[in-house]
Amino acid sequence: MLYKVHYTLLLPLFAWIFIQSAPNINAQNQGRVVSFPEIDSLLHNSYDTLYVINFWATWCKPCVEELPIFEEINEIYANQPVKVLLISLDFIQDKEKVLLPFIKKKNIQSEIVLLKAENPNEWIDKVDMEWSGALPATLLINNQKKIRKFFEKQFKHEELQDIVTQLLKSEL
Amino acid sequence: MKKLWLFSFLLSCLTCAYIYAADGLKVGDIASDFSLKNVDGSMISLKDYSSSKGIILIFTCNHCPFSKAYEDRIIQINKMYAEKGFPVIAINPNDEISVPEDSYDNMKIRAKEKGFVFPYIHDATQQIAKTYGATRTPHVYLLKNNSGVFSIAYIGAIDDNHSDAENVKEKYLANAIESLMQNKSANPDFTKAIGCSIKWKK
Repeated sequence: MLYKVHYTLLLPLFAWIFIQSAPNINAQNQGRVVSFPEIDSLLHNSYDTLYVINFWATWCKPCVEELPIFEEINEIYANQPVKVLLISLDFIQDKEKVLLPFIKKKNIQSEIVLLKAENPNEWIDKVDMEWSGALPATLLINNQKKIRKFFEKQFKHEELQDIVTQLLKSEL
Repeated sequence: MKKLWLFSFLLSCLTCAYIYAADGLKVGDIASDFSLKNVDGSMISLKDYSSSKGIILIFTCNHCPFSKAYEDRIIQINKMYAEKGFPVIAINPNDEISVPEDSYDNMKIRAKEKGFVFPYIHDATQQIAKTYGATRTPHVYLLKNNSGVFSIAYIGAIDDNHSDAENVKEKYLANAIESLMQNKSANPDFTKAIGCSIKWKK
């Protein structure tokens, strides 16, 4: 009950945040190198946006196979509070010669950042306790709606879309 | 309707949590033995190692860039610790149909190229990877010999920096071995690392 009252009082604030909509980290700068604290603060954001965060790498075959699924989500839900973020775990030294040409060749529209992944043991659990560290891995998160779903697997076609559609419908 | 949805959601969460907890061997468990084919054609089992203090069992493969990044470090670890009673066994669990580069024949080629002096065995049925609960390459299981029975002493990463061996700060595996040599438990006894997912048979 207390919970409900609390929530109602905050509704105008939620509405305001919703109107603000979630910002891009930096859409102009595909493949930008980030460190984990930036990802961590994104994981704790307060926007009413469903973040679809995929951990991948250009050399990871199942990751590359499922990329079009994320691109589709990015396109289909462009006008809804959905944000696709592709976090690459390519080697930092491969940014110019591997990652950037890959983004260009595949013409990837979803935002891509390159995670400077020092000591993964320190941050893998912060993404999700269930993550063993294997790629690909995907986290769906909307803190405001208390949505958090983690998958350590390759998605089949439409499977992810069904999940996103379901989560967008769900109210709490 | 909403309640039903919530209920089924909770139920599926519980089921997942159960499956997750039951998945694979944990630190302290008895290490399952196996008999798998080495690149030289011989069969390798834990029981062949009864005179060792332990075994460094590393799930790895040919194709994965993380595995490749660690090959020289694995060779180095074997060089350092085999004579102290902790030899390396490398084990490839990948499905060769998904990744032809990880076939048994290509394992032979890779072992020769890199000059592996330790066994590089083929988990062709993937049963051992499943039993141990390995999910990625490389994925280390450090085994300790307790009078002929091997138990799991450490699970996880080799160190904390896959891309740059020069800038490693935490040598998790080496530290765990050193602890065992002093009759202490590994601390930490479980770490995580980014790696290639094991390519399971479809």
